[in-house]
Amino acid sequence: MSLSSKHLLGLRNTPREDIELIIDTAKTFREVLERPIKKVPTLTGKTIVNLFFENSTRTRISFELAQKRLSADTINFSISTSSTKKGETFKDTVKNIEAMKIDMIVVRHQSAGVPDFLTRISNANIINAGDGRHEHPTQALLDFFSIEEKLGKLSGKNVCIVGDVSHSRVALSNIFGLQTLGANVSVCGPATMIPRNIEKLGVKIYQKVEDAIRENDVLNVLRIQLEREAGGAIPNVNEYHKYFGITRERLEKYNPEIVILHPGPINRGVEITSEVADGPYQLILEQVTNGVAIRMAILYLLGTLPN
Amino acid sequence: MKYLLKNLQIIDPTLHINQISDILIENGIIKKIAENIIPTEDVKVIEFDKTICTLGFFDMHVHLREPGYEQAETIKTGSDAAAEGGFTAIACMPNTNPTIDTSEVVESIIKKSENHIVNVFPIGAVTKGRKGESLSPIYEMHESGAVAFSDDGVAVKTANMVKIALEYLKPIGAPLIEHCEDESLAGGSINEGTISTELGLPPIPSVAEELTIARDILLAEYTQGKLHIAHISTKNSVDLVRKAKAKGLNVTAEVTPHHFSLTENSLRSYDTNYKMNPPLRTDEDVEAIIEGLVDGTIDVIASDHAPHTQEDKEVEFVQAPNGIIGLETEVGLALSELYNKKKLSIEQIIQKFAINPRQILNIEIPQIKVGNKAEFTFLIPDKVWAVNLVQSKSKSKNSPFDKKLLTGKAIGIFNNSKLYINGEYV
Repeated sequence: MSLSSKHLLGLRNTPREDIELIIDTAKTFREVLERPIKKVPTLTGKTIVNLFFENSTRTRISFELAQKRLSADTINFSISTSSTKKGETFKDTVKNIEAMKIDMIVVRHQSAGVPDFLTRISNANIINAGDGRHEHPTQALLDFFSIEEKLGKLSGKNVCIVGDVSHSRVALSNIFGLQTLGANVSVCGPATMIPRNIEKLGVKIYQKVEDAIRENDVLNVLRIQLEREAGGAIPNVNEYHKYFGITRERLEKYNPEIVILHPGPINRGVEITSEVADGPYQLILEQVTNGVAIRMAILYLLGTLPN
Repeated sequence: MKYLLKNLQIIDPTLHINQISDILIENGIIKKIAENIIPTEDVKVIEFDKTICTLGFFDMHVHLREPGYEQAETIKTGSDAAAEGGFTAIACMPNTNPTIDTSEVVESIIKKSENHIVNVFPIGAVTKGRKGESLSPIYEMHESGAVAFSDDGVAVKTANMVKIALEYLKPIGAPLIEHCEDESLAGGSINEGTISTELGLPPIPSVAEELTIARDILLAEYTQGKLHIAHISTKNSVDLVRKAKAKGLNVTAEVTPHHFSLTENSLRSYDTNYKMNPPLRTDEDVEAIIEGLVDGTIDVIASDHAPHTQEDKEVEFVQAPNGIIGLETEVGLALSELYNKKKLSIEQIIQKFAINPRQILNIEIPQIKVGNKAEFTFLIPDKVWAVNLVQSKSKSKNSPFDKKLLTGKAIGIFNNSKLYINGEYV
């Protein structure tokens, strides 16, 4: 079994077989991670560049760890300022890196579409580690892995994404992938944080978080970025918390069986209370461990594709 | 120099002419229009076949990039592209560096365009530096040859400045050309809709355009001024202009070929050659635009020819500049999408490419009659051809239409005593 594409750009066009193969492979690597020696020689001799144009601690570390566990050679290339400000175009930056004979590029960029653009200017395998508000496929895949570990197959499950859906790449990858796997996807948040036309993607909208809690098996709670206040999408985080915050009281009252995911980092007391973030409902730290296994699976599957 | 152009289908809707004739031209002036004119020895004879000869086409929305951005286009290369596309005249927008906001810049552009087959008419900035704060010397620029005024690239910033501009322009009869876009609502990369959500690209809602059109139409009514709306792109925008015209206001509108031939669906590839402002819209909008062209709500087809270098366009989508080149493809697109699909008659095509732009800009129409200057565009409406960007006369090649098959072509022009046909001066 192998993947149908040499890149992982997003989940919009990723077939179900590929998603299932990645999750199944991740299960194997999850076992490796439980061993005393957590390293396998699978990608010995492969060179992978982590090309991060935007700050990211956890995604980068997760990828780096996955690469090291697979014995690949890893280079981190972080550019906090935009390439154009440096006087070098994005294309030149990539061409230079590729001239150093690398096999895979893991890319994070603030502009949607950059991983697609990379496939046109590079021969390496491209893995999207988050592009603008577009997709973050590895995050969504680790979410699916974590949900299935807890609840079994996703098909027919009800999953609601709560928060700033408009600006979230996690939301979009979740929507596409969950639909492919046969789950029912909905979103919940202030109307200013829900993209227009999202219902045309087959996504239900909840205006009240209480309804979302009552009618779903899983809530994927998004981080509320504090700068959104300034953008005018919400008056302040206190009001957001009051009407959309995930609290123990709400969960106990409306659905004590529910499972809570959060892609991190958490704003405690804003989108989620500490009681919930540390409590029995959540899979948050499980997600982090599974993230390494999912990224190992993807790197392994792409790195061992026949040319 | 004498030319005898033989076997042309001459169409001049202003004179209600549609006939097969020969035309004799001497020193750039029409000497004779008749069947079977016998050439004398000093005459250059050109035989045509199935070719329409009509009023020289005029593109009233072109970015020539000179002065300031000559790496993308110059007055010379832009004019060459216009000739290749079938245009005898173009009007150029003021978002250059320096901005066209003094009579000196207007004069220098006109001077540089002299001796070319294509005439260039500068459009001056309405406000100094296109900043929307104070009027530029409009009357001086007008006297130097500016035919209209616009802050194109952006809308005139405040309602008060639009009011002042419309009032100030009244005595000279030149239009205010508005790029309608509300700054506070815009700022995205592509049309707001399912595609922008799927692609995760920051959206530009239709209402950003419509709100400014509504504002400007109300002010045109209030001042009784003359307003021309550039590159209209949405269904509601067409409706707003239709209502303004029904009220008898002095409001006109133009559309680009890409806004009647492409939709946002093309954007799925993140190809920056589909990134424009206004953005490509939906099927419903394209339908409304064609309806507006048919019923006369939209007066003009203009390219919004916007050259950008490969280096500028080959970047991350969000960072890429807006716009495409259009001079060499627009007549082909109009004939393919509108004439050959039986939406517009050939007379309507001529209306939108030759007659209406000149009426809006108060430029005399070069009617095809003896004694007038010979200024023609030659069309073969059923000629099938493929766009080939490598051969484009424009200095920039940013177009999504490379390799596209089109039906109908402008094969040449006659103007300023010069004949340009099938890519060559004859």
